Amino acid sequence: MSARQFGDTILEVNNISLSFGVMKVLDNISFDIKKGEIRSIIGPNGAGKSSMLNVINGFYHPQEGTITFKGETRKAMAPHVAASHGIARTFQNIALFKGMSTLDNIMTGRNLKMKTNIFWQALHLGPARKEELENREAAERIIDFLDIQAIRKKPVGKLPYGLQKRVELGRALAAEPELLLLDEPMAGMNSEEKEDMSRFIIDVNDEFGTTIALIEHDMGVVMDLSDRVVVLDYGKQLADGFPEEVRANQKVIDAYLGVPHE
Amino acid sequence: MIYRETGQFKANYADDQALFPIAQDRYVIYAVLFATFAVVPMILNQYWLNAIILPFLIYSLAALGLNVLTGYCGQVSLGTGGFMAVGAFSIYKLMVAVPELGFITLVILSGIITAAVGALFGLPSLRIKGFYLAVATLASQFFLIWLFNKVGWFFNYNATGMITSPPMTIFGVLVTGPEATVTAKYFLVASIVAVFALVAKNLARGRFGRNWMAIRDMDIAAELIGVRPLIAKLSAFAVSSFYIGMAGALYFAVWLGSAEPTEAFDINQSFLVLFMIIIGGLGSVLGSFLGAGFLVLMPILLKNILVDGFGTDSALAAHIEIMTVGALIIIFLIVEPHGLARLWRIAKEKLRLWPFPY
Repeated sequence: MSARQFGDTILEVNNISLSFGVMKVLDNISFDIKKGEIRSIIGPNGAGKSSMLNVINGFYHPQEGTITFKGETRKAMAPHVAASHGIARTFQNIALFKGMSTLDNIMTGRNLKMKTNIFWQALHLGPARKEELENREAAERIIDFLDIQAIRKKPVGKLPYGLQKRVELGRALAAEPELLLLDEPMAGMNSEEKEDMSRFIIDVNDEFGTTIALIEHDMGVVMDLSDRVVVLDYGKQLADGFPEEVRANQKVIDAYLGVPHE
Repeated sequence: MIYRETGQFKANYADDQALFPIAQDRYVIYAVLFATFAVVPMILNQYWLNAIILPFLIYSLAALGLNVLTGYCGQVSLGTGGFMAVGAFSIYKLMVAVPELGFITLVILSGIITAAVGALFGLPSLRIKGFYLAVATLASQFFLIWLFNKVGWFFNYNATGMITSPPMTIFGVLVTGPEATVTAKYFLVASIVAVFALVAKNLARGRFGRNWMAIRDMDIAAELIGVRPLIAKLSAFAVSSFYIGMAGALYFAVWLGSAEPTEAFDINQSFLVLFMIIIGGLGSVLGSFLGAGFLVLMPILLKNILVDGFGTDSALAAHIEIMTVGALIIIFLIVEPHGLARLWRIAKEKLRLWPFPY
């Protein structure tokens, strides 16, 4: 992919360090994400990629460093505050609400857009009804976008794996995020499902202009999709740059293939 | 064939989101409402209304409340008896202090008081889950009953420690006290239950219901998409306690007439209501009614069959009843964890195709 041009920085992480006890999970990580780009975070297992996402959306609080999102610098933030600022995510192990239907899962993704109080909700009249219908329309647009009309009333716990991943993407999109964090969206998929998911990611980026930060192990997918890639290994930042730069970086090759013994 | 949706097209989302989108369901509900308010009070005698239907309706209300908390929000509570006592003592104090507000207002007020108490005892749920939370709510059960036994202010310092509901009227008709007719009590309780069943259904299908279920199914993911656990859990505790408080108020003021906390609201009540929602169906409004109906009717039915039919000793019959309830709970947990409401749903699925196999 030829390098696309991007303007403002939407997210900047500065010297982030995170440790659990003596385990140093992230060590002095700094990178930025520009508005509208697809940014990948890669690295071998245990490199701290998921921890990095957890730091960004406020689930882990780093001991050192700052995060600047949309010009606002902060150290730690509760997850629901991150959500209300426009950061949404999906999970490595699907974290859908299994007892609820596809539609309800996506509607729950819009809960921050809904404001009517419990009394109107109890009556399901007036503003509550209007709000419910407006959000239903928005949810239906996402259902159409992801082509999951047929399963909208099905409980998600019974859906096949690939569809569950898609519903989870839908739930994240429902919040109309500015920054979408995808934690291994293609884990455990066959090549056809991977192609579908890649297409959805590109479309989301294209049509909604959503900035995407992506963790993925499939290097083919990463190199094709990403505008820029940051590489972590054992909590340390190995490289940061365009896919072709990263691919040629000796440190990255060593981390993935191992260094030969002397 | 009977339960067929063919030809029922929905042209807009409003129709699709209706309370009962399928026409047959609507007819059933109309039939049930008609039966409740027109047929039942005509054909059933005083004994039936008083011994079976009233407790069934009041327990349904309590089960609805617990279902909001345990079925929808996934927070186990063993404090139902204690919260019913809060409702009962609230309405007692209110009936004595401000009877001029009217009985319905007082019922709702005692629900609101219980909601506040419930939200307070729900605070531990922000830190602890599952069994540990169950134990914490168990503590609230014992604490509340102890409080109502110990502090004279709650029962107006009378010698027995009992509370007795003074006579009150709605539109000039007596609904509490020994003079009130069973029919009047029935209409009052049935109306309150019908209205608040609708409210529960509305809450369950709206934002609050979805947030509760999100917390139940995957609390971390819920938090990361913006559901605040504090608000979701405490609102579930408050709404649940509101229902249970109203049920407690009706249980004492309308049905029992007088009550003593240790006897009327002990831990067995908590278990009974919990069993109702397990057998009826967790996370289902219909299930709350089915479970309450089952556990209120079954003992009476068993007793009638055993004592009158087979001439069994009534003490033995009581033991058989306890064993049957225990066995049924185990069977339901293993075979159909979603309870009677799920069986009903399966039956509906079958009825859609009947008489064809597929």
